[in-house]
Parts: sequence; structure tokens; C-alpha cells
Amino acid sequence: MSAYKPLGGRVLTPAFLFFAVIFAISLYFMVERFTDGMGAVANINGGFPWGIWVVYDVIIGTGLACGGYALAFTVYVFNKGRYHPLVRPALLASLAGYALGGFGAIFDMGRWWQFYNILLPWNWNFNSVMLEVGLCVSLYIIVLIIEFSPAYLEKIGATGLLKVLDKTLFFFIALGVLLPTMHQSSLGSMLIIMGYKVDPLWQVLQFQPLLAVLTAIIMGYSIVIFEASLARVGFGGADETPLLAVLGKVSVWLMIAFLVIRFAVLAAQGKIGLIFAGDFASLMFIIETILFVLPAVIIASPTMRQSPSKLLFAAVSMLFAGALYRFDAFLFTYDPGPGFSYFPSAPEIMVTLGVISFEIMAYLVVVKTLPVLHRSEQA
Amino acid sequence: MADHDIDTGDFDFSFIEKRLGVTRRTFLKFCTGVAASLGLSTQAAVAMAKTIADPKPKKRPPVIWLHGQECTGPSESLLRSEQPSLEHLILDLISLDYHQTLDTGAGHKVEEMKKKSMEENKGKYLLVVEGAIPIKDGGIYCKIAGETMLHATKEAAEHAAAIVAFGSCASWGGVQSASPNPTEARGAQAVLPGKTVVNIPGCPPNPANFLGTVLYFVTFGKLPPLDEQNRPKWAYGRLIHENCYRRPHFDAGRFATEFGDEGHRKGWCLYKLGCKGPETYNNCPSLEFNNVGGGVWPVGVGHPCFGCSEQGIGFNKPMFALADVKTHTPPNAFPEIADREQKQGISPTAAAIGGAAAGVAVGAALMAGKKASGGSDSSGSQDA
Amino acid sequence: MERRDFLKGALGTGAAAVVCSVSSGSAEARPNLEPNGEAVGMLYDSTLCVGCKACVAACKEINGMEPIFRNGDEAYDAAADLSGQTLNVIKIFKDGTAAVKDAEQDGFAFEKRSCMHCVDPGCVSACPVTALKQQANTGIVTYDPDACIGCRTCMTACPYNVPQFQYDRAFGKIAKCQMCNQKGVERIDKGMTTGCVEACPTGATLFGTRDALLAEAKRRMELKPGEIYNYPRGDVRKPDSYHEKPVPTYKNHVWGEKEAGGTNVMHISAVSFDKLGMPPLEERSYASISEGVQHSLYSYLALPAVALAGLSFLVKRNVDGEENGGDS
Repeated sequence: MSAYKPLGGRVLTPAFLFFAVIFAISLYFMVERFTDGMGAVANINGGFPWGIWVVYDVIIGTGLACGGYALAFTVYVFNKGRYHPLVRPALLASLAGYALGGFGAIFDMGRWWQFYNILLPWNWNFNSVMLEVGLCVSLYIIVLIIEFSPAYLEKIGATGLLKVLDKTLFFFIALGVLLPTMHQSSLGSMLIIMGYKVDPLWQVLQFQPLLAVLTAIIMGYSIVIFEASLARVGFGGADETPLLAVLGKVSVWLMIAFLVIRFAVLAAQGKIGLIFAGDFASLMFIIETILFVLPAVIIASPTMRQSPSKLLFAAVSMLFAGALYRFDAFLFTYDPGPGFSYFPSAPEIMVTLGVISFEIMAYLVVVKTLPVLHRSEQA
Repeated sequence: MADHDIDTGDFDFSFIEKRLGVTRRTFLKFCTGVAASLGLSTQAAVAMAKTIADPKPKKRPPVIWLHGQECTGPSESLLRSEQPSLEHLILDLISLDYHQTLDTGAGHKVEEMKKKSMEENKGKYLLVVEGAIPIKDGGIYCKIAGETMLHATKEAAEHAAAIVAFGSCASWGGVQSASPNPTEARGAQAVLPGKTVVNIPGCPPNPANFLGTVLYFVTFGKLPPLDEQNRPKWAYGRLIHENCYRRPHFDAGRFATEFGDEGHRKGWCLYKLGCKGPETYNNCPSLEFNNVGGGVWPVGVGHPCFGCSEQGIGFNKPMFALADVKTHTPPNAFPEIADREQKQGISPTAAAIGGAAAGVAVGAALMAGKKASGGSDSSGSQDA
Repeated sequence: MERRDFLKGALGTGAAAVVCSVSSGSAEARPNLEPNGEAVGMLYDSTLCVGCKACVAACKEINGMEPIFRNGDEAYDAAADLSGQTLNVIKIFKDGTAAVKDAEQDGFAFEKRSCMHCVDPGCVSACPVTALKQQANTGIVTYDPDACIGCRTCMTACPYNVPQFQYDRAFGKIAKCQMCNQKGVERIDKGMTTGCVEACPTGATLFGTRDALLAEAKRRMELKPGEIYNYPRGDVRKPDSYHEKPVPTYKNHVWGEKEAGGTNVMHISAVSFDKLGMPPLEERSYASISEGVQHSLYSYLALPAVALAGLSFLVKRNVDGEENGGDS
């Protein structure tokens, strides 16, 4: 018997309908993007070719979808089986996040009808970081589908397939650890070739991949805490605080490692002075650092870590910090030259909100209809 | 210009009408035209008209007109003006006491009259210099009636009320001053240090430039505003490039590259053929020449301007050498370094939506946090 | 925290750090690409430019790009910058009264913006599908819309913001100067010069091989300001005409000789290049650093393969162990 059960209950809740409305509005602009060109909907321009559709929907969105990745480390590499109950919901959130990140990538592609070109080996440019990101994310989405498939296969009672999967899952789980390591670090590597356009405080050149993957793992643990807390509050269920507390501690240690490495690199590159320059970039850096460090204060002691609300705030702070780190590097402190500026247009924002809404709607539907949540969590 | 009648009070124009053989209306049209090219109002035109048409003028100012190294082009160009019978007008306006081409007399008599007029009208006569003054070897390379032009100019300038250098030769030396300038030909100002000489350059100069300046002087008793080379600003204040009607072709990059090629036949810009319009100050494209209708000026007939009125350009820079483009004035416009093809900045709607979304996210987290700490057992309720 | 877990964590971070320091070390292993002296290029001399914009008009005509109209005035192409329909534009630097040409103070100067055809192009390095390629013999950076997916990574990778996506079209593509040698135009292949060079009345834009143009640029730097020089027009190796002009006071710097590996389209000017909008570049190209990192991590997918093997082993062992009642 499966340890997991569908939540059941009404799908069309007020919350669901709220998100459905936002999604419906965004559909209009999505169609407009295809009929009239991206310029009709978005404010991206010659100096800022990547706006929130790339930076949020793809880059930050996949970072937020690293729950499955982070848990895979914990459960399968460090062999902490007790975190198992958290795995499926995390995988669902990861699948939703990555699938929509993939959609966002194609939606943002200027010549989307030729997207298959990136899959044709004779087109591959092995120097390109973008190639790595594209192929790796595509592959990872397939891996996530396979990793999540037990939930679906259980519902439809495909015991034969489940047995096969059981024997081979380890390989896909291994891929599920390797692939995000590769592409999440590459998302950082993409900044290297942008050169001077990336603010010096974020342009750590050769260290981009390392810092990027660290933030991805931190965001992964934080999103697990976040969605587990929200699921408990929203759906009711067992209190996973003890598990989440350890995850919180791990992410804080990772965050400290990240900050140590980051400051060491900046010092080695002679950039510490820029932190105190008093300009917009230094302000954003300081805010980022505060958001990273805050959790260390909020959940400093084991007692504090047992407070669900403190854990949630700590997780949210690190999610904001991770998101802000990517926003800053790619957009907020990005300067392609005098005269260029970018702020998303209202339709552009609506599209992003629509994608997020669809993601949440999908999560709600699946969690209620497929065995995702752990049995003992439910009353 | 509207053909309505200009109000001149009860001034009697019959004298000038008979003298010039034109109607009052034609005469007033002419004066308004001159005033307009000077940048002056209709009232100024009326003042000019009344001054010219006064049957009992104050004693007509005498004019001594000297010719040096020249071809008489300026005088000829003045005489080619047709409306209305300019030579009559000038000759009536002033008392032309000495003009080597127009004098009916000749020989010593004429020279004596010159000396007499200069003596009688000391400090009151207008000196017009046409032609350059050579200074090499004491100025012997140009002599009139046994006297060097150098001496004659200095003598005449001594007691002149105003001095006008008419034509490029008198303004800065003209053709004979072209390298190597064997006679050391100079403009009038160069041999008259300490005196103010008004320059009306051009080869030939547009007669209207001379006429307008003189009329201004006679009407208002002073000279029009001059630039740093003492040229009347109203005529020489703009580059030919600024008023040229082939300018749109320059701005769009359409150039004739050879005489007779497609661009040349289509009337495109002559810059590549060496047009000096971009570095020559004059009003040729506006006034044109000979009063015979549009397009009668060098560029208009398909030949690049060679900068005849501009010192250092005319007779100095090769005819087909590229000109320096001196200034860039509207309608020519360039994007600046930081100009981009970009949409507007932050729209209020976008800011509002973005802010609201961020607010909802933070609010939801806060609410969830509160609820989370509210109880650690399952409540059994489902809000989502 | 259990010692075992701490060790595992430290090992993991250590491994990551080692990989990255290896990559930073071996990032030096990919130096800048070498310039090709026989590559075709152009030399733009800002002091010779008179702002006639013949090159802008010629480029639009040859490449089939439409003019940009503003404020309902359809008399002029009012392009403000490179865009989906502008591959070449003349811009003005102004200071104070902007009265004197090529003066940095109270002066103005012109600058031509178009693809620099870099020696070590960032766009070529960054493009995942090889839509942007550098031709081996001519050095021209070409664009293939049939391969392009429109990801616009090339736009982020170009220090000069040259490739421009046609956002205003439903089926847009990247637009950039291809030295008038793209399919259907092929001026270089036919032995002609580029359109802008042919149109330029003063020879402000010259055509030639990189070596020949660099030699010409350096020759001008060595002349004394005020000296009369016979400036060539057209192809610097066989000019079709000349004109004499006094030499201005050039900034003693040929832009594109070394910047980020160098460019085949070089600029000289009397105004410093940062004022003309040139980006702050050093000699190392960012493409070389990016490729260094990428290759040390992913060369032959060796590291990933090893990692996958190790992970598979670990995961299988833990999964099997769990089934047999292992760690919980």
C-alpha cells in the first residue's frame, strides 16, 4: 500500500479561482505575443534583451524549483530516508516549476518555431553556455517526469511499470542530482560572457558556476520548507517541523559557506570597497546580504528552529535573497551602456503572474487528485 | 506676399514713379522685398520707400567709387538688376561723383572732379572700393591716371564717412590674391588699418546685398549688424549649406559623383563634386542671381559652389576638393551617443501590478507564518 | 550535526571548490583568438566624417531595411540607434556649445555604430545553435536565421550591443551588419567594397584587410597635426580617389587593435572613445574566459560522466540499503 494519498476535496476553491482569473488575463497577452511579436507585449529592447520572462520565469523560477534537487541530495545521497515524505510534494513543485520554466523559455524564444534547432547535434556549439542550459533543462524535465511518475502510476494502478521503475529509479535520481548541478551552475556561467555589463559585485567571472549552484541548493531547501509550511497551513496535516528544522539548519550552513566564498572572491578580486560605494549596486548587495544573513539570526538556536513560523520566515528570507541575487546580476544592476533602461510593462508582468498562477493551480489540482502528500500527514 | 495695399499715409510717390517709370505699387513691392531680405518689417519698408521717393531729399550723399585689380563684375552685376531700373535708383539715391565705368566723361577731367568732390564733401562721402589693391613694390602693379591704387585708396579713405568693399577682390583680395599672389594683392581692409570697412564679398556679389546694405544706411543712418569679418549679417550670416535646397539630398546621402551621372541629372547634392557650400557664408540659394526666376545660381544650374565669397576657400581650395562642413544646424539632426530605440520608462500600471504582486506574496507568507505558529496540530480544514 | 554528515558536507563543498579553482586555473588555457591580418575590415576615422549619413542610407538600401519615421515626418530616416531595421547609424557626441568639430570641450564629433566583426566574437561563442559564425577567410561574423532560435544570448554577449532582435515582428530575426556579404548581396565575394565605404564621400569609412587598415591608422597617428595629408577614399589598398586635408590631433589609440581581442572594424578619433560610447573593455575577451570555464567543466562530458557514475553508485547503495532496513 502506498504511503501517499490524494488530498481530495474541492478543486474550485476561492484560491484556485483567484489564480484562474489571473491566468485567464495573462492568456490574452500570451496570444498577443505570438500574433504581434514580443515588442507588442514586453519592454525588452536592444540593451536589455532578457527581461522578467527570462530572468524570473526561467532563471529564478527554476531556482525556486530546486526542491526536488535539494531533497535528492538529502534523501538519496546523504541517505536521510526520514525526509521521504517531503520528496513527492517537492518533486511536484519542481516539475511544475521546471515545466513552466521550459514553457517560459520557449515563449520567450524569438524564433520559437525553430526551437528544435537546439536539439539537432549538427547545430551544437560546444562553447555555448546556453546550449548546456537548454539541453540540460530539457533532459531534467524528462527526469522529473520519470521521478514523479510513481504518483501517477500508483493512481492508475500500473503495478508492472512501477516495479520496473523501482529497479531503475536510482539512475534517474542520480541524474536528478547531476543535471541541476550542471545547469544551475551554468545559469551562473551565462553571466561571464556578459562581461562589463554585469556589475562588478556580481561579475565574479570564473566563480559564477560555484556561487550559482550554491544559491540553487539553498533555494531548494528553502522552497521545501516554504511549500511544506504552506501545505500544512493550507491543507492541514502532520507537523513536519522537526524535519524542516534540520533542513533549515543545513541551508543556513550552506548560506554561510556561500557568503564566505562570495566575500573571499570579492576580496581577491579587489572589490570589497564597492560594497560601501553608496550607489544603487552597493545598496542591493547589502539588502541581498541581509536577506541571506537574517535566517542565521531567526533560526540560530535549535529552540528557535522548532517554531514553524520562524522556519517559514527564514525560508522566505533565503528565497528572496536567492531571487534577488539573480535579479540583481541579470537585471537590477545590469548596465549595457548609457541610455539603456528596462522596466517590465504591465502586460509583461501579467504574463509572468499568469505563469506563476498556472503553476499554483496545477499544484493544487495534482495534490488533490494524485497520491502526493504523505499518508500520515492527513487526518 | 499678399498684394494688399500698403498704408503710406498721404505721401506723394508721383516723383519716383515718373523717374523710374514704375507704378507706386511696384515700387512698394520692391521696397518690401528688400526690407524682407534684410529681415526688417513692413514699417521699415515704408520708411525706406519714403526716403528713396522724397522729391526733395536732403543733399544726396556723394559716392566715390574706386576700381583696383578687378573685372568690374560687381558693378556689372549691379547693373544687371532689373526691378526696377536699379541703376536709376542708385544713381538717384546717391550722387555718384566718380565711377570709372559709369562716368560719361574721361581723362584728367574726371580725376579732377574726384579730387574736388572729396575736398568739398570731406567727411561726408561714401567710398566704395571694387577690386584688390596690390602692395608689392609700392603698389605699382595697379595704376590709374598715374597714381597707384594703393595711394588712391588711402587718400580717398582718409575723409570718407563710410567705406564699403564691394566684391571678393576688395573684401579680401579675390582671384589675384591666389597663390603665389605675385602682386601681393590685398583687400581694402588690409591696406586701411584703423578704418572700418564693410565687406560685401562675392564673385560677383549679389547686387541685392550691396543695395540692401546701402538702403539700410540711407534710411536709418547706420550700418546693419556686421559679423566679425564686417560682412552684413543679414546676407552673410548663414552658410550656403544651411539654405541650399539640395540639402535634403545631402542629409539623405544622395550625391552626384560625376557630371552627367544619374545623381547629377536628378539634382542631387554636389558635395562629392567639391561643393564649398558647407563652408561658405552667403545667401545665394535664397536670392539667386539675375532676377530671371528660380534655380539661377551655381548649384542650381548643376555646378558645385566654389566658395567665391569666402576668404581661404575661393581661389584657394581646389575647385573639386571636399569642403569642411562647418556647422550642423537643423533640419539636420543626429542621435546622441546615449540615444536608443526604446519605449517609455516605467508605466504606472506596471509598477502598480508589480507592487501588488509582491505585496500579495509577502502578505501570504506573513499570514501563513502566523497560522503556522497558531497551532502545531492539524486543523483538518483546507483553505486551498 | 553528526560528524559523518559534516564530513560528507565538507567533502561536497570541497569538491565543488576544487572544480571551480581548476576551472579558473584552466580558464587561462583558452587565450584570445588571434587576429587574422587578411580578414576584411573597415577603418572609421571620426575626424573625416562630415555627418552626411550617406552610409546609413546606402546600408538601408543594400540590406533592404526600412527607414524609421518619427513624429509623422516621413522625410527623414530618424534612426536613433542600431535596431531590427538599422544596421548602421551615425551618432553625435556633443559637449557644451558643440561649436568646434572634433573638440572634446565645447565640441562635437561623429561616431559610426555597426558590427565590429570582432576577432574573438562573444556572439559566436555564446550562440547555442551556431547561428552566428565567423568566416574563416574573411573574418566576417555571419548570421543564419534558419538556425537561430531567437534566444538572444548573442545580444547579451556582444559588448557593443550590435545584434538586434526584431521585436516588432511576429516572426522576427536578429539583425546586424554582415559586411554586405550575406546571401543575396555578396558584395565582398564579388570583389566590391561594403556599401557604406562606397557611399562615404570623405573616406571616413575605409575598406581593406585588417593589416592594411591598421597600417593606415598608425600612419595617421604618426603625422603631425596640421600637416596636409592625402586621405584615400574607398579601398585603402586601391583607393578610387583622394582628398587633402590638414591632419587633426588624433587620440593616439586605434580602437579595435586589442580591445577584447581586437576587432576587424576599427575606429580612430580625436575624441576619447569612452565619450563616443565605446564600452570599457580590456584586452582579454569574455568569450575566452567563458569558454575556459565551460570546457574545464564539460570537456567531452568527462567530469559529468564520472560524477554520474559516482552518484549512481551512491544512490543505488542507499536505496538498496533502505529496502534492507538501512538508515532512516
